[in-house]
Formats: sequence, C-alpha cells, structure tokens
Amino acid sequence: MKRFYLLLGLVAVVGAVLIWQASRPSTGGAPASDDAAPVPVTAADSAFRGYVLGSDSAPVEIVEYADYECPVCAQFGAVQFPDIRQQLIETGRIRWRFRDFPLVGVHRWSRLSALVVACASEQGKAWEAMDALFQRHGEWAQRPPDPTGLFADRIRGIGLDMNGYRACMDAQRYAGRIEASRQEGLARNVGGTPTFFVNGREYNFRRANSDEFLALVDSLTGVRR
Amino acid sequence: MRHRQVIALLALVGFGIALYLWLYKLGYLGRLQCGSGTCEYVQTSSYGDLWGVPVAFYGVVGYALIFAVALAGLRPAFVSRRWPTQLVAALAAGGWLFTLYLTYVELFVLHAICRWCVSSAVVITAIAVVAIPAAVKRDRGAGSGERSPMV
Repeated sequence: MKRFYLLLGLVAVVGAVLIWQASRPSTGGAPASDDAAPVPVTAADSAFRGYVLGSDSAPVEIVEYADYECPVCAQFGAVQFPDIRQQLIETGRIRWRFRDFPLVGVHRWSRLSALVVACASEQGKAWEAMDALFQRHGEWAQRPPDPTGLFADRIRGIGLDMNGYRACMDAQRYAGRIEASRQEGLARNVGGTPTFFVNGREYNFRRANSDEFLALVDSLTGVRR
Repeated sequence: MRHRQVIALLALVGFGIALYLWLYKLGYLGRLQCGSGTCEYVQTSSYGDLWGVPVAFYGVVGYALIFAVALAGLRPAFVSRRWPTQLVAALAAGGWLFTLYLTYVELFVLHAICRWCVSSAVVITAIAVVAIPAAVKRDRGAGSGERSPMV
C-alpha cells in the first residue's frame, strides 16, 4: 500500500513539473505564429500604424492586437466594442488603434481574414469589414472550408467595389503590412489575443468588457462617478 | 482493491491532462505542446466550450471525482464496500460516453485531432475497462448467494 501512495505521489509530482514547465514562456516568448511562412516586409509596410478610430486629441489611446479568427476577439469585437465605441470613442475620450496579430500557426484563416480587412480598408471600409467578420464569426472561423467565398459575400454586403477587392485579395497586397504588424506585436511581447495597451502600458483585458474600459479611462482621466 | 489502485492512478493521469488543457483555456499556458497546431485548433473551436464552460473543466471535475472515490474506496472503512467501485464505474461510463461524443466531433466535424484529447480518451477508456467489469463481477457474486465480503 505504501508503494502505491509513493507511486501516486510520483505521478502527481511529474505531472505538476510538466505543467509548470509548459506554463513558462518559450525562450523567445514567441507565440504559435512563428511557424508561419515568412512574408517579406517593406519600410512602407512598417510605416502603417494600424486602423484608427477616434479623435487625434483624445487623451487616451488604446491599442488592440487581435486576430479575427480568435473567438475571444470576435466576442469582444461583436459584443463589447460597440459600447466602447459609443461611450468612449465617439465622445472623444479615447482613440482606438487596431493592430493585426494573426496567430498563423494556430488559426487557419487568420491571415486571410486580416487581408479581407486590409483590402476593405483600401476602400475606407476597414471597420465595417471587421464588424462583418466578427459578427459572422461562427460561420467561418475554426472550420475547414476555405472561407474566401463567404468573405466575398459578407464584403459585398458592406458596399465594396468587388473588382477592386478581388484584385487586392488575389495580389495579397497587404500581406507585408499584416506581417509588419504581427512582428511589432512580437517585439512588444504580445503573447495572445486580444492584447491591449493603454497609453503604451499593457493591460490584461483578455475577457474585457466595456465597463472595465470605462472604469479604466475614468481613472486615467480623473473622472469620478 | 487492486483495481481501485489502478483506477486512482489512471484518474490522476487523466486529471493532469484535463488540468493542462483547462489551464490553456484560461490563458495560463502560452501554447499547447502538441507537435502541430491541431490541438489549439480543437481547443479554441466552438466545441471547446460547453454551456459557457471549457470542456476541459468537465474533465478536471470528472477525473477528480473518480480519483477521490477510488481513493476513498481504499480506506479500511470502505475497502470491502461495493459502492466505490459502482460509483467509479458509473462515472467512467458517463465520461466515456462524453469522450465518444468529443471524439466524433474531432473526427467528423472539425476534422482535426488533439493528441491530448486522444490521451484523455485512452485514459477514460482504460478506467471504464477496469471499473465496469469489477462492478458487474461483484454484483454477480453478491447475487449468486456467495457470502458477500462487503458487509
């Protein structure tokens, strides 16, 4: 009997050590997307600073690194972000900067979906495209059929010139820009999505809701409720 | 008694696997050690949660229950009782059916296999294989007029 409990203890210790090791960041702190095929990045790609919503004079800037295929990002984008937009962005209290952080090795359609938004941005419809992808997330994310056709249907719905959109997608015109954004995220130790930086400081808002953002912005701008 | 020891050991291994997957879902682990992206593909799919709770959490609770009952069944007060084996058999049967559903989803809906899920499936199957015959065998023994050692 004693041997049995020793064996149990041994299994428990080995399991605990393995889980502890797995919880430590890898040497480069790099997330799964490292195994992605390399994409060349030009200086022009790096010069793009993300999709921005809100006033230049807003006292707080929130930068979000997100992946369109990530379920938490989609939930945040579809449910929480509209409130944030109404309460904080449209009132001039914050500026929102969206940065692509495709988890390429994890999600199959990350880059493709980021390209959809980039090509929509060419026609001034980036945020509408994001809404379309997030709101219909369940129809395309994390499932095998190639969603290119489905994306085109959704994009048509927001009023894009489809010839221009298709030409942009076929040429993968903004692949380098998306990769530059991803590399920037890696350099800032972004380890998952969504990751938020508020006035340059990272906040752990993985399951954020609009109330938390409101409270944080209140505290940063000295507003008492 | 030996079968309860085997079940406790297997349940501890299963608990470790489920805990690992649950911690991943909670965001405490960066990336699953899987050898490919398919574990994360499965875990982050819409099937990775059930009623708003990560599927792995059900595994954590289930294995913990099996482990606790198997250990309780090894205590002198309960070692000759029949209920720990029967309870473990019932839990294992439920767990195995749930695993069957999850494996179906992996194979035929997601078309992706998570190695950790397969490992857990092997563990719960082994527990069921040990526990169910032991529970049935004891039932038969008691019903055939043999002197029950459990009383």
